[in-house]
Amino acid sequence: MNTTVKIANRSLSVFYGAVQALRNISLDVPAHQILGIIGPAGSGKTALLRATNRLNDLNPNCRVEGQILLDGEDIYQPDFDAVRLRKRVGMVFALPVPLPLSLFDNIAYGPRLSGIRTRARLNELTEQSLRAAFLWDEVKDRLHTSALRLSGGQQQRLCLARVLAMQPEVILLDEPCSGLDPISTAKIEEALGALKSEYTIVLVTNNTKQAARVADTTAFLLQGELIEIGPTGKIFTAPEDQRTNDYVSGRFG
Amino acid sequence: MRIPPRHTQALAVTLLGAATGLTLAILVFVVVFILGKGLPVLSLGFLLDSPRGMGKSGGIFPTLVGSIILPLMAILIALPAGVGTAVYLSEYTRENMATRIIRFGTDCLAAIPSIIFGLFGFIFFVTILKMGWCILAGALTLAIMILPTIIRTSEEAIKAVPTSYREVSYSLGATRWETVLKVVLPNALPGIMTGVMLSIGRCIGETAAVIFTAGASLRLPHSVFDSTRTMAVHFYILAREGISNENAYGTAAVLIIAVLTVNMVSYWMMNRFIARRTK
Repeated sequence: MNTTVKIANRSLSVFYGAVQALRNISLDVPAHQILGIIGPAGSGKTALLRATNRLNDLNPNCRVEGQILLDGEDIYQPDFDAVRLRKRVGMVFALPVPLPLSLFDNIAYGPRLSGIRTRARLNELTEQSLRAAFLWDEVKDRLHTSALRLSGGQQQRLCLARVLAMQPEVILLDEPCSGLDPISTAKIEEALGALKSEYTIVLVTNNTKQAARVADTTAFLLQGELIEIGPTGKIFTAPEDQRTNDYVSGRFG
Repeated sequence: MRIPPRHTQALAVTLLGAATGLTLAILVFVVVFILGKGLPVLSLGFLLDSPRGMGKSGGIFPTLVGSIILPLMAILIALPAGVGTAVYLSEYTRENMATRIIRFGTDCLAAIPSIIFGLFGFIFFVTILKMGWCILAGALTLAIMILPTIIRTSEEAIKAVPTSYREVSYSLGATRWETVLKVVLPNALPGIMTGVMLSIGRCIGETAAVIFTAGASLRLPHSVFDSTRTMAVHFYILAREGISNENAYGTAAVLIIAVLTVNMVSYWMMNRFIARRTK
């Protein structure tokens, strides 16, 4: 399979104070695919995501070494604008965090920041993103009620729709289904499968079965190190590293 | 010997209930006492007439105006400064020696008796800046007096806004300022308003800081450079000089009703605001 690389991590290390969360990782994120990142808690999965959209900048104790190249450009260059980066690289968090606003205002949050003000355009974006997140039919009659009144699964799909409305290039998902029931999880996975033709998706999950179901490529992290990366089929059936084999077969983690 | 838990439980409930009851009783007693003595004096004329004979008879209209204009101006001055400081301290700076010193300074300022502020206002605004006794000098002094409260309550309210909201905002491509405007301040508003209400209450009830800076003129002020008398100061002078006990209690009753009204209206507005956001 011939794919272009969207994001290239080069010798990436991330430190939180004295703790090193990522150790010298070099990992390519292929464009228009779902990259699954698996690994036990504390293996550095979230640290990798937060380095990729520079959300780590908000943490004064965090230090990043190495390079992350987005379309070949180092996002940690001093003149690289973190705000513009985050508009290109959207993120869905582990716990759904709807802002205490209406559904519509939640989804319009990103577009409005980009200067889109006309009602018609915002309506259009809202419908598109909600449809893409498989939420439109459930909420189309209450777009102007509080997002806090949605169920957990709906909230998480709203968060996905909110990211889509930004029209990013990359979507980072940090264990997006960890708090959801199987049906909501299935809907999110269905949405992701449909989205990968347009977006590059990085899906961190501590549910190995989820990676097996939706990821094209899977990477296995352990204690801040990249143990193995390869086509999902290969990682789950014929991994090269014994530790990968132990993890995906459920022997630890 | 160990007292059985259900007895300690019963004891705790009794003591806590008694504490609550006592607080409530004192509160009710004060309000009923003042209103009982003051309400018979009240009439539309009492509110809208000018005082005669230094307040021996007539109404309290100029002091009513003073009691509205002074706290209002003080809040208008202190709110932007206080909220701005709180936002800067909590969103734009990292916790370090400087912020700790600023915070310590604010706390110290909050503990200073109001008469010291009055003295400062008298020396600085009235004398050195040659403002004379006037509304502006009084409002500035009151603003300095309530600034620590506004900063502290705003800071607490801002800190109480979940970090996850900020992360969502940043991750959707917002700058720090956009995040402050769209996420931090709207969600901190109820807490900030609590500080504002407390401050308005303090301003309305303040005498020491006002009498030194805004003076005690009974004439209706025409500009911020005129002296004025607030209801609290009027009450103090009426009672202290023994001019008229009835009118003193009448003024006190208006003062209490005013504070209650301010609180109730702001609660109502707050609830409407919260309801609108979570509808």
